[in-house]
Parts: sequence; C-alpha cells; structure tokens
Amino acid sequence: MSMQLAMPKSWRIDTKPHKFCPGCGHGLVLKALGQAVDELGIQEKTVYGCDIGCSLLSWDFFNCDSIQTHHGRTTPVITGVKRADPELIGIAYMGDGGGYAIGSQHLVNAAARNEKITVILVNNTQYGMTGGQMAPTTMPGQKTETSPYGRDPQKTGHPTQGPEMVAAITGEGAYVARGTVSNPKQLKRYIKKALENQISGNGFSFVEVLATCPTNWRTNAEDTWKFLEKEMSKYFKVGEIKVPRPRQEEGE
Amino acid sequence: MPEKPIQGEKRYFMTGNEVVAYAALAAGADIMYGYPITPQNEIMHYWTRLAPRYGRDFLQTEDELSAGFTTVGGVMAGKKSFTATAGPGNTLMQEPVSMAEAMRLPMVVVIMQRGGPSTATVIYSQQEVTMTTIGGNGEGFRIVYSTANHQELFDYTIKAFNVAWKYRFPTFILGDGYQAKMRESLTMYDPEEKGIQPAPAERYVGKPGIPGVDRPPGHYRNTYNVEEEIYEVVENVAREFNAIAPGLAEYDSLAADRSDLVVVSHGVVSRAVKEAVVELREAGLKVGYFRPITLRPLPEKELRDVANKAKALLMVESAKGQMARLVKDAIYGCSADMLTLYKPGMGITAEEVAARVRSVL
Amino acid sequence: MAKAVRIVLAGEGGQGVQSVAEIIAEAANEEGREALYIPNFGVEQRGGVSVAYLQIGDAPVGSPKFLTADIVIALSDRAVYRTRKYVGSETVFVYDAGIKGVEGAIPDNAKRVLAIPALQVANEELNPRVFNVIIMGAVVKATAVVSADRAKDAIEKKLGYKFEKNPDLRNLNFRALDRGAELVVGLV
Repeated sequence: MSMQLAMPKSWRIDTKPHKFCPGCGHGLVLKALGQAVDELGIQEKTVYGCDIGCSLLSWDFFNCDSIQTHHGRTTPVITGVKRADPELIGIAYMGDGGGYAIGSQHLVNAAARNEKITVILVNNTQYGMTGGQMAPTTMPGQKTETSPYGRDPQKTGHPTQGPEMVAAITGEGAYVARGTVSNPKQLKRYIKKALENQISGNGFSFVEVLATCPTNWRTNAEDTWKFLEKEMSKYFKVGEIKVPRPRQEEGE
Repeated sequence: MPEKPIQGEKRYFMTGNEVVAYAALAAGADIMYGYPITPQNEIMHYWTRLAPRYGRDFLQTEDELSAGFTTVGGVMAGKKSFTATAGPGNTLMQEPVSMAEAMRLPMVVVIMQRGGPSTATVIYSQQEVTMTTIGGNGEGFRIVYSTANHQELFDYTIKAFNVAWKYRFPTFILGDGYQAKMRESLTMYDPEEKGIQPAPAERYVGKPGIPGVDRPPGHYRNTYNVEEEIYEVVENVAREFNAIAPGLAEYDSLAADRSDLVVVSHGVVSRAVKEAVVELREAGLKVGYFRPITLRPLPEKELRDVANKAKALLMVESAKGQMARLVKDAIYGCSADMLTLYKPGMGITAEEVAARVRSVL
Repeated sequence: MAKAVRIVLAGEGGQGVQSVAEIIAEAANEEGREALYIPNFGVEQRGGVSVAYLQIGDAPVGSPKFLTADIVIALSDRAVYRTRKYVGSETVFVYDAGIKGVEGAIPDNAKRVLAIPALQVANEELNPRVFNVIIMGAVVKATAVVSADRAKDAIEKKLGYKFEKNPDLRNLNFRALDRGAELVVGLV
C-alpha cells in the first residue's frame, strides 16, 4: 500500500518527528512554508536562517541549506547571504523576541533598505524557549514570567504592531502580511506571495504569523485556540497590509 | 516605608537564581534591568515578583546592550542598579561595561556562565572568565568574584554593591548554570544586623541646584582628543586599581604552602577539588588546594608564594585555560611546573581530580 | 563520615521526575541534612528526557553532578538509555516494569537490577496522577535518605493547599508513598 505523505517534499524526513512541544504553532508555519517552497520549486536555491528561541529547533527541519544564527541576527545573516549571492532565496525565520526586541534594529534597517529577503516572524506573545518571559507582543494584562502581575501598558507600552511598522517604513515593492496558524490555507498563500515577491526582485517581504504556545500559556487545547482566535485577534489584525503595485516603468 | 526583605537570620533551601534576587534586595538594589537568557532568567522572575513589595523597580529591555546601558543610566541617576546575563548576552554586555570601566561607574553585573563560544549550551561552563575579567576594549579594571556555593552567592552579591559604590569599578558576580539552577541550603540575613553598612549611593546627574549656577554641571565623557590624554587616564586608573587590589583580593587554600602539587581552581569546580584534596591528604599524598575567590584582582602575592614553593600546579577548570592564563600572567618567573585538567563546558568531579593527582604524584 | 547518597531519577516530561527530586531534597534539608538537587535543563529538556540529580548526605556536597550513581530510577524507555552511563558496579538500577523494548539496554554491570510495577499500581490500584509519588516512596525506602514521615511532611508542605480542598487527596498521596516503599522491600 503506498502512502500519500502529508509532509512537504522540502521537509527532511529523518529529523521527524520534530522537537516542538505538542500544540506548538511552529509545526503549522513550517508546513505552510514547506508547501510554498515545494509549489515554487525553490528548494535547491533556498537558504533558511533561524534565530535563537524555539525557532532554533528548526535548524535541521528542511532539506534546504540552513543556518542557525545568534539571537536577533537572522535578518542580517540572511541579508549578507543574499547580497553576496542574489541567485539564492533568503528566508529569515524568527520569533517575536528575535524580531521585535533584540532584532528590531536589523528588521528596521533591512526593511528601510528594502532588502530582497523574506522574513517570517512567529508571534506567540512571549519568549517560549526561555520559559515564558514578556515579549514586545505581550498583550495588556497578560501575565508572563517577567510581568507576573499582568503587562501594564502605562509602564511598558502596548504590543508591537510589527507588520504595520514594516509597511510604514518600506518603500514600494515590499510585501507585508499577517497570517495565523488557525487559517493554514491563507497562511500558505501569504508565504507564497512573500517568496514570489523576493523571486521577482521587488523588495522586502515580511509575514508575521499568529501562533500558539500552550506550554507557556498554560492552556489546554480548547483554551489555546480560544486565546489565539479570540484574545490575540483583539490586538493583531490578520490580512495583507502591503501589496506591491504591478510593476510599471518609471514616469509612465 | 516598605519592610526589609530579610529580617533576622534563617536557613533557606533554594536555587542560586533565587538567592541572587534576595541578595540584591538585601543589598538595597533599587532597580534591575534585564533580558531573558538561560540560565539566569529566574533572577528576573523572582525580582519582578518581589520588587513591588519593597518599592524596587524593574525593566525588561530589548536586549543586553540596552540592559547594560540602562544599568549605566540607573547608576548615574544615583540608584543602585544591576543586571544579569550569560553567554552571548555577556558578549553584548561588554560594550556597556566598557563605558562603565572608562567612566568609573559602580555597575553590578551577575553572570551565570554557560557553554561557549556563541550560543553553545545553556547549561554550564567556566568559559566566560576571560570576557568577564578583561572583556571589552580596555585593560580590565573590574572586580570579579567567582562564587562556589549559595552562601557565597548571597554574601558576595551584597558585597558587590558595596564594593562597587565604594571603589567605583564595575563589579561582577561570576557564577554558572549549575549554581543558578541547583538547590542547596544557605543562611540569609539582614546585612545591617551583621554590621555590614551599605555603601552610600550618590547621583552623578540630577543633583539639586542649577548647573553652572548653584553647583558645577555634571559633565561626563569617555572620549578624548589626543594620545597623551588617554595615556594619562589609563595610567591613573591603573594606579588606583593596583593600590586597592591587595586589599580586595580574596582566596581560600588548604596546605598550599607545604605541598608538592597544588591544585588551582575557582568557582563551583573548587568544591570538587577541595573534596578530592582532603581525601588525598588523608591518604598521605602531599597535595594542596588553592582557590582564587577574586579573579580580578587576583591574589597575586599569595599565588606567587605558592608557585615558588610547590613543585607543580595543576590548573583545573571547565574551560580551555582561561583561569590558567590569568594565573600564568601573575606567577611569571616562579618555579612551579604547570599541569592542566581542562574540561570546557563540562562539570568536573572529585573523582576525576583525584585520579589525575594520583597519576602525577 | 559516610559519603553522600547519589540518586539519578529520569523520565519523560510530565512524569513528575523533578517534583519528586525536589520534594525529597527539601525533606532532607528539613531534617538538617545536606542536600543538593539539580535538574538537567536546556534545550534537551524541551521534548527530551527529564533527569534529576540528587545528593544527600551529612557533609556539604562537592560537585553538583557525578559520574556514577548509587541508585538510578528510570521511568521510560528513553530514560533507560539516557541513564545507563551512571551505572557502576555498586549501583542499584531500578526501572518501571511497564517499560517495553529495553531488554537489551538494561545495564548488566549494576550491583542489582529491579523492575517495579509502579505505573501498574498507579493505574490499577490508586490513580495515574500519583505515579511519581509511588516512585518517591520507592526511592525514599531504598535509599533511607529521609524518614518516611519526613517525606510525608514534605509532601504536605508542597501540596497541603490542595489537600485542604480535597482531603481524600492526602490519603491517596500518602498511600502512594507507602505502596512505593512496599515495591522495593527486599532491596534494603
């Protein structure tokens, strides 16, 4: 009997089952990414970078060349790869801490320079691997290990609106979207468009993905989905935020 | 007036990270700036829970560069400020510490060493000795305490604040992931009840009065124009540091003045070494134990005495000779041979030390 | 002075290995003994085997980790593989009798090997939730590092707030502790 493998072709089989916690959103994001890579036929040219945090567990996830970098430094490393060899497809994969905290200066500058790379940022509102500390995306009132009495926006501000920020500072040619693991078909569509944007050489492409972390949220399956779909949607709007106009000659 | 975090004296059983949080409270620390990195996260977890009860504050910054520079800012505002980090976070921390070194700021930093280089492991090592003692682009005018147990984590964290504010050098508690995560017993106390007076903190900025009118302005810089200027600055700091060094240096030893082989180690490894040396001495071997407690300044005089009397020194550390390099520098010209037992990133047991000593003696 | 007893406990995340080790360590500390407990931690712990290292004696403990244990308790197949390295000629190796597929992996150099049906007792006699307390009872009886009474005090201290709401839980936990001790009679 032949089995239809549900795993994307670009996934590396012998490193499965993966090391993510049960209920983790990363598995779904990486599946959407793997499917997009398959459909675009770019497995050979893809260079996949991952950050420190739970994303580091994906260092041997794909049958693609992969680099696990320092915390927050995935964007510049992949930028460096792409600049040195523009034929490659550079994907920088990170969490909300790696992207919006320690990596924010790199994200802002890569976006401002309209680097032709694709950044995929997984937002689960806290630092997962290190045990659930507050992140730039932690929501008001949300309890974390370093906001044990609930995040006070008077003291530490409101959750970072990453894609909105990137959309504001990128020029024409950038693609910016926010997807969610509760809509995998849409997520794959966004990731595919982001990669196509890089392939056509338009500019910076950025997809934030709302994802789950039942381990640090300390939620059961039902509450996990509720948190993602009901709570996170209050602060993070899913959809495409910036789509490049069809290319025209200058002055037309 | 918020009550004191520790009153009287009591035995506790907790992890090293928790001890550090309590010690900082007891030392009168006003504010902690920090960023998540294993294995020191729980210092922040405990601090954020306890701080509001005692009128202290906290900020989680965007990274360790910021955690270090915000600590610099806190200190300049006259508040006892501290931060904690490890591994690659310590690498980043060198930039703000360089500024503190240059400007003689009483910054307190707790380091829980993990495997290196780069991200390596989140677990344990003694591989941040070089970086913590002479990191950054300076000459390493810092004070570094290498603790070996929870009692010392408590005692020396309190001491670090007082020493930093008295002498104005960045001061470090150099622990490691084992100490951070293990549970053992210690006695916590109110330092003032034991006669340990907190060093007074004073503002660098924000003093009362109009600058230039009521008082001199606080003008602080770390940049100079010509070579001669920086030469003088560095020489002056060196003079001051070397003058206080003998009084600050601390060590522990056993039979180091009357042994053929002296085993030199620091931090948590010294526990295993001491256990091995005691056992070997009972078996009649002429082996001794020497442990620098301050890695900066090293107890140079005592090390030289040991290195001139013993036939050989055995350097034991969870690194590839980082402590040994400091010791060699201090004992240059002394007569003892140098042997090594290096296990970078791994714990070292009494059995391993004993086996090595037996193979030599 | 007798050397510290060296205990290694290992199992899957969720089996309660760390809780057991912590409670025993605290019980020993309450008794005025010297205890040192350290979990394995790090990237391995996420989805990996959970290992606890425990040393209890009357003199301050030296190195937090050790090469050879006096007793190893393995609660899953991966735990058996993971803890073999701590077994020496004087080590007692204990594992849960319900573990499958480890016949070739059980150390053959141990002083004594014992399979205890802790999981079975938990599932059939008591409650799956007190599986780790049964293990705790076994460890305490086998090593005599603390008295059974002191162990019960430590559990009370840790879980007393739950017992207040549901006193049957107290009986269940204490019964589990006793049953665990029964499983290793003959080892002592």
